[in-house]
This record gives sequence, C-alpha cells and structure tokens, in this order.
Amino acid sequence: MIPRFPRGVRLHHDQARERWVVMAPERMFVPDETALEVLRLVDGARDLEDIIDALAAKFDAPREVIATDVRAMVDDLVARGAITP
Amino acid sequence: MNAPLALLAELTHRCPLRCPYCSNPVELTRASGELTTQEWARVFREAAALGCLQVHLSGGEPTVRRDIVEITQAAHHAGLYTNLITAGVLLDAALMARLVDAGLDHVQLSVQDADPAGAERIGGMKGAPARKEMAARLVTEAGLPLTLNAVVHRQNLHNLPLLIETALHWGAGRLEVAHVQYYGWALMNRDALLPTREQLDAATRIVDAAREAHQDRLLIDYVVPDYHAARPKSCMGGWGNRFLGVSPAGRVLPCHAAESITGLDFPNVRDTSLRAAWEDSDAFNRFRGTAWMPEPCRGCDRKEKDWGGCRCQAFALTGDAAATDPACALSPQHGLLAAAVAQAVSPDFRYRGFD
Ligand code: SF4
Ligand code: SF4
Repeated sequence: MIPRFPRGVRLHHDQARERWVVMAPERMFVPDETALEVLRLVDGARDLEDIIDALAAKFDAPREVIATDVRAMVDDLVARGAITP
Repeated sequence: MNAPLALLAELTHRCPLRCPYCSNPVELTRASGELTTQEWARVFREAAALGCLQVHLSGGEPTVRRDIVEITQAAHHAGLYTNLITAGVLLDAALMARLVDAGLDHVQLSVQDADPAGAERIGGMKGAPARKEMAARLVTEAGLPLTLNAVVHRQNLHNLPLLIETALHWGAGRLEVAHVQYYGWALMNRDALLPTREQLDAATRIVDAAREAHQDRLLIDYVVPDYHAARPKSCMGGWGNRFLGVSPAGRVLPCHAAESITGLDFPNVRDTSLRAAWEDSDAFNRFRGTAWMPEPCRGCDRKEKDWGGCRCQAFALTGDAAATDPACALSPQHGLLAAAVAQAVSPDFRYRGFD
C-alpha cells in the first residue's frame, strides 16, 4: 500500500502559527505529532513498509511497536480523508 | 489579536447570472474599477504573510476575468490553498486544464435549483443548468474535488431531495445547502425568498436523513436561516478574527457584506498594506472582540461563541450596526423577524444587476 494525498488535500507549513496543517476542501486540521511524522513521509512513492522502516530508524524503536502505531494512524488518516491508501 | 485564516478575493462583480439573493452589494463595481493582476498578486502575498492559509477566488463570476489563470497561479505561488467559487457557465475544457496547471486545489460550483426551469428563472440565464452540469464533469474529470453550493429559499426548497440527488449524480464530495442571508440584494427581495417554518423544518429533516444515507459519499454542510432562529449564528467567527475579504475595487472587508453598513470607512489595498488594514484600521477594530457590545450581549455567556451575531444583519434591520443581532431572542427587536416572515407572500423579485 502506497499512501498518498488525494487531489485537493495538502500538508502545508503554517508559518504564521509555526505548525503544520492538513488543508482539504473547506476544512483544515492540525495533525498531532505522530500523525505529522507519518504525513511528512507520504510522497506517493514510499509504501507503508518503507514508512514504518523510516520511523523505526528515526526513533530507534522496535519495528513491531512502530508498525502497530503507524498502521493505526494510517487507518485514522484514511478515515479522515487526509490520505488515500 | 488573531491572524486571519482565509481570504475571500472578490475578483469582480461582473456575472452572467442575476440571482436575486446575490451577496454582492447593491451598488456594484464596474470592470474599470477592478484591481489588476499585479495588485491581486500583492494581496495574495500579503495575505499569506499575515497568516491566511486559503483563498476563495470569488465574485461575481471570477472566470469573467481574462487573467483568472494568472490570478490563480499567483495565489498558488503565494502558498495559499486555492478554491474557485464559480457559477460554472464559462468553464470549458481548455480553461479547466489551465487552471489545474496553475495550481487550483478545489472548485465550488453554484446551483440555483435542481429543476432546470427553476434554475433558469432564479439565475436569470437561459441554458445555465446544462453548462453547470458540464462544468461539474470537467472538474471531476480533472481529478479536482467538487463542492456544490445551493442557496435555498422559498422558491426552490421543494426541490431539495432532487438537489441532493444532483450532487451525488455529478460526483460532488460536498454539498452546501445554505439558506439565504438577508442583506443587499437578498434583503430587497426578502418577501419573495423567505421560507416558511414548515419548509424549514422539512428541509432540516431531509438534510439529516441524507447525511446519514450518504455519509461515506457526500458531506453536507447546512447553513440554517436566521429568521426562524432563537440564537444568531457566529458571524464570520467574530469580526476581524479569522476572515478577511477584499472587494473588486480593493476595499478590505471584515465580512463580504460589510459594505452594506454605512458609516464605516474601509481601508483599500491601493493605499495601505493588508496587515495595516487588519491590525490598525477602525473598520476592523470597531467590532473586534467583545468590548464594543451593548446589553444583552455584554453580560451574556454566549458572547464569545456567537460574537453577538451578524453586524450587517443588525444594521440592516435596526439601523444600528452595534446592536444585538435581532436573530437573537434576547434582542428587544427580535419581533422584526417574525413580522418579516408573516409579510413574505409575493413570489416576485428583482434580478441583481448594474442599474
Ligand atoms: S449569486 Fe448569482 S448573480 Fe451573484 S455572483 Fe453568484 S451566480 Fe452571480
Ligand atoms: S445576547 Fe448576544 S451574545 Fe447572548 S446569545 Fe444573544 S446575540 Fe449571542
């Protein structure tokens, strides 16, 4: 599975408020830290396993632990329309 | 003071349609008075620097501007999420492709009625419904998300179920069902447009049922009308709090209808920066926050929820822009609304236009 942003959805750096926001048609939301870690790796090329590898390396944590968290987070982001699987 | 989140860029007042509830001011700006491409580009950069994240490219009909592609591109380059609010009747495949290349993110298409004959009459343009259906197809084929926006009133509410079908059929991901807001042209045509209480209740039931039935395909936003309400809406999320508008002639507005309030002097982007307009102008500071409020708002625990309601409505109905919005049952003038509903019986309206 290669997560990607659907058309009309963008991860945007909100400079004035020093935060990242997900911009979607007529709505926006501020992702929490975990969601942001995942979203910043969504580029339409990396698949879910690559994202898990990258985050396991970044946080120096056991892959299974990271994998559980990331899968749950991706499901949540898909349900919110921020990414498509 | 908060930074604004969204900019409404009213690129022009020109429009091939003539909707009697148009939110443009009764005194329309002509083409010769409109801001140039470069002026808009500067507005977009200043808006982004000020904290705006998105821009609504609106009008009038934004695509009557021959530089609409350049304008869209300038907004995109400024880093803004770009939403085109259009009647769709001037869109063709070539223009759609150029807008997508320019970085357009989303299209909001207006529908005057789900029934084509009704739509032609209300919009005042022959052939518009078929062109809108084509516009919807162009947007979805380009892969852009589509929102349908329907302004509803006494003369089209009976077609609400059909409208929801239309949104599904045209592939919209969102549908806005917005009851008319009464100032400007709409106030002039209020007797022809105000819905009855029965119509409103039926509409609310239809929207609730449709939301549930289509929840994974269609998001429905529902803007309720004030004339049957007991509490006002939170207008613009507070005056000078989140929202910034720029009129075709460059006036910086706290709300798209703010020019209907006489006696407020709005800053113009031709003479001042957007930041100065937002932070320092009297027009923005006049009703910002809660300090300006009279009773009953002053002592009310909802004052930071609804900000005392709509200033334009307060002005239109009471002559005092600082009054509590009469949509609030606590306003001494609340009775004006029921009186207006009782007198709204004639179907005749006047089309909007340059006189
Ligand atoms: S409300 Fe109607 S007349 Fe006014 S700008 Fe929109 S389409 Fe044109
Ligand atoms: S009194 Fe004022 S603040 Fe209180 S609900 Fe009415 S409009 Fe809102």
